Amino acid sequence: MSGTRTLSTSRRVLRQLRHDPRTTALMIVAPVALMGLLAWILYGEGNGFDRFGPVYLGVFPLVIMFLVTSVATLRERTRGTLERLLTMPLAKPDFVFGYALAFGVFAILQAAIVSGFSFGLFGMQVAGSAWLVGVVAVADALLGTALGLFLSSFATTEFQAVQFMPIVLIPQLFLSGILVPRDQLPTLLHWISNVLPMSYAVDATQRVMVSAQVVAEFWWDIAIIGVWVVAALLLGAGTLRRRTP
Amino acid sequence: MSVAAQCPAIHVAGLHVVRGGTVVIPDLSFEVPAGQVTGLLGPSGCGKSTLMRSLVGVQIVASGTVEVLGEPAGSVALRSRLGYMGQNDAVYVDLTARENLAYFANILGAPGTDVDRVLEQVDMVRHADALVGRMSGGQVARVSLATALLGGPEVMVLDEPTVGLDPVLRRDLWMLFHRLADGGTTVLVSSHVMEEASRCDRLLLMREGRFLADDSPEGLLARTGQRDVEAAFLALTDEAAAS
Repeated sequence: MSGTRTLSTSRRVLRQLRHDPRTTALMIVAPVALMGLLAWILYGEGNGFDRFGPVYLGVFPLVIMFLVTSVATLRERTRGTLERLLTMPLAKPDFVFGYALAFGVFAILQAAIVSGFSFGLFGMQVAGSAWLVGVVAVADALLGTALGLFLSSFATTEFQAVQFMPIVLIPQLFLSGILVPRDQLPTLLHWISNVLPMSYAVDATQRVMVSAQVVAEFWWDIAIIGVWVVAALLLGAGTLRRRTP
Repeated sequence: MSVAAQCPAIHVAGLHVVRGGTVVIPDLSFEVPAGQVTGLLGPSGCGKSTLMRSLVGVQIVASGTVEVLGEPAGSVALRSRLGYMGQNDAVYVDLTARENLAYFANILGAPGTDVDRVLEQVDMVRHADALVGRMSGGQVARVSLATALLGGPEVMVLDEPTVGLDPVLRRDLWMLFHRLADGGTTVLVSSHVMEEASRCDRLLLMREGRFLADDSPEGLLARTGQRDVEAAFLALTDEAAAS
């Protein structure tokens, strides 16, 4: 693996985004609009938006980054650019970490804007620091990127890649504690939820929602998501094949 | 030259490739000497692209030896010594020509000045800052060819690089291939257009995964007694069917 090749790959991915302003705008406008809709729905429900808003602020970037990365990687496969890169001195981790770095940078911008609107304009409030909600959003976006990179290797068309979103993300969402608190889930499902990364994103957000003190557990939650991100990226690199049928 | 004479640029022995349950290349053996323009000619679907993919090490081969510059195809040592232009254009449509080339040059570790050199070689300086997605098919193909030229590779494997180009540009590119070969580069070019054969030092005529001929254009015509390569191809096909 080489730092310069990883960085070149990140710069290239960000340049592609810059040439596609419509996609870039959607990646920012969509979560802002969804947060606005949620705030409107829950307006008049007491502190409803404060109870649900912060959690969804992390979910939207996860879903968006998952879809964008899946389609982007699949395009690299179908257009032959990935094959060409693999005939060159590019290590497989350069490719996946290059993507992760580019979308990580973009996720910071995305989280800043979505948090800015949610806390500033839509009046969302948490007991802890709003910055930490942003940290969860960036971690979620990176998780979406990593899972997208890994799972797109099991798809051969963009239609298939997009289908992985409901299969992979919706069960995680169901089990993350948004619908039912995790300790009230049936035992087996509780165990499964203990493994899934989105559970920790929701846990981390809920800690910031109820406590003004940054607790060590918050950073443990973030660390577990980080382990998932690195693991998914390494698996993603491992499933890239220089030789194909 | 002596080294080139001792060690062929490409050495293939007993190559057997199966794709999707079909045998695409049953059993192929040949060598390509260094510093020549070799044409790989045959109809679409005859196995040209599969053979080229095997040479650059991206094709899963069932059995056989494939060596480039004395190294097994696809080995790490070859990755900056080989230029490959595949069947699909393999460039980013949402980047400009220059941005594409700058990225691939970085990956190859080629000097930044290479970008301008290759843009000039394929006559794309004027369109360097246009998005690839807004280019004509021929222009995109030239950006792809330019990518294969980055870093001055010792061996170039080019899958139909001149398809859809205007005759003047096609002539210029063939002149470029010969200039590169004169400088010691081994150039393997595929085409399904038989009339391009006369521009090669050597011809490999391919049909259904086998070579019908491996000869110079003059030698081929003399041997078959035909006036053009297309007629020679037909004569050889009939001959193979009769035997």
